[in-house]
Amino acid sequence: MLGNFDFDVIRRALPYLFYEGMTFTLTLTGLAALGGLIFGTALALMRLSGYKTLGRIAGLYVDFMRSLPLVLVIFWFYFLVPYIGQWLTGASRPISVGAFASSLITFVMFEAAYFSEIMRAGIQSISRGQPAAASALGLTYAQTMRYVVLPQAFRNMLPVLITQTIVLFQDTSLVYVLSITDFLGAASKVAQRDGRLVEMYLFAAVVYFTISCIASFGVRRLQARIAIIR
Amino acid sequence: MNYNWNWGIFFQPNPMGTGSYLDMLLSGLALTLKTAVLAWIIALIAGSVVGVMRTLPSRGATWFGFAYVEFFRNMPLLVQLFLWFFVLPEILPRAAGLWLKQLPNAPFWTAAIGIGLFMSARVAVQLQAGISSLPRGQKMAATALGLTTVQGYRYVLLPMAFRIILPPLTSEFLNTIKNTAVAITIGLLELTGQARSMQEFSFQVFEAFTAATILYLLVNAVVVTAMRFLERWVAIPGYITGK
Repeated sequence: MLGNFDFDVIRRALPYLFYEGMTFTLTLTGLAALGGLIFGTALALMRLSGYKTLGRIAGLYVDFMRSLPLVLVIFWFYFLVPYIGQWLTGASRPISVGAFASSLITFVMFEAAYFSEIMRAGIQSISRGQPAAASALGLTYAQTMRYVVLPQAFRNMLPVLITQTIVLFQDTSLVYVLSITDFLGAASKVAQRDGRLVEMYLFAAVVYFTISCIASFGVRRLQARIAIIR
Repeated sequence: MNYNWNWGIFFQPNPMGTGSYLDMLLSGLALTLKTAVLAWIIALIAGSVVGVMRTLPSRGATWFGFAYVEFFRNMPLLVQLFLWFFVLPEILPRAAGLWLKQLPNAPFWTAAIGIGLFMSARVAVQLQAGISSLPRGQKMAATALGLTTVQGYRYVLLPMAFRIILPPLTSEFLNTIKNTAVAITIGLLELTGQARSMQEFSFQVFEAFTAATILYLLVNAVVVTAMRFLERWVAIPGYITGK
């Protein structure tokens, strides 16, 4: 029962949990969201471009990534990245990539598929008159995208993009399968070392819940604000 | 790449003595499907109840629906599985906890129930969207015909709403199948788990994960095709997708 719930275990683990674990989790979330957004926007542009082959390649990539479980993708990249590194650098042996780099590459590649679908919807939500007006002004295709379409698409999709980032924040906990010390990994290590599973896992749940809740309330407010403007 | 490829590995006997490595992967696939189907049944039932509650005029019901969805949506699935698997048996009364721990196939039941409840929050949101996308007139017509609230939902609103949300439900079902892979963390040897142990026994990393990838893609293709038939079969006449 909860009678011998030991708050002190949590208190003692706090520095480890937050300095080491949460820093890893938040850095990974932030960088993966940024990388995923950039790569995903590129994929979306490929899909919407006039070139059929480019569109098909991007489509295949997105469908492929979205039909695999994240855990499997994490394993794939964990084992594959050293070989890719070896191939890129021409080294004689598979190069060792740190836990952080490996998981960052995984999440950028994986999230790009999801972000690309969001950005595609965002670009398609822009009215036809916008690019027409841009080309009437004499802007090139690249300029039209850069100055007219993408900023509006990004703005329209901001709430969805943040929602996806919240999902990403929760999904980063899956690097647990590689024994990486993210927030959950840190909690789990303390839990196993001290034999305090109940305290540590409940605390981890509360922290994830609180952060996600606050973030999704923020999204709801943002949505309301954007809705008023339009 | 100086990697030692060996595609024949699948037909070599596995160290568990349960046939070849391929048999190992296929048993993982079977477990993945079993877990996903059970989780999906739980998700559909709980999700429908909560989804309906979110559309009821009762304040309490709406509030419960809101809290339920927020609870299951704001925690990583992995953490939820840990709560069910490691924490629940400890905080229950001693006897119940002990019974839970000694349950045969505990990872399977935990995964199915945990993933089912996790997905039910998503089903609930979809269903709520489906119900509120219906014209107001539908509900009013049901009332005008003398149907009670239960009958109105049973015969008018739900059949319409479920048919409308079939496409997003398909992707939720696919997500349920994919999410079973998270159960590897509580020791469920589903498809990803079997691929991982095949890799550990045979050192053939890429063959093992390629096989698992192909099996997941096959399952996806089958589900998508089946759902397309189902969609055509239940299409609502008069809607864009209808006949």
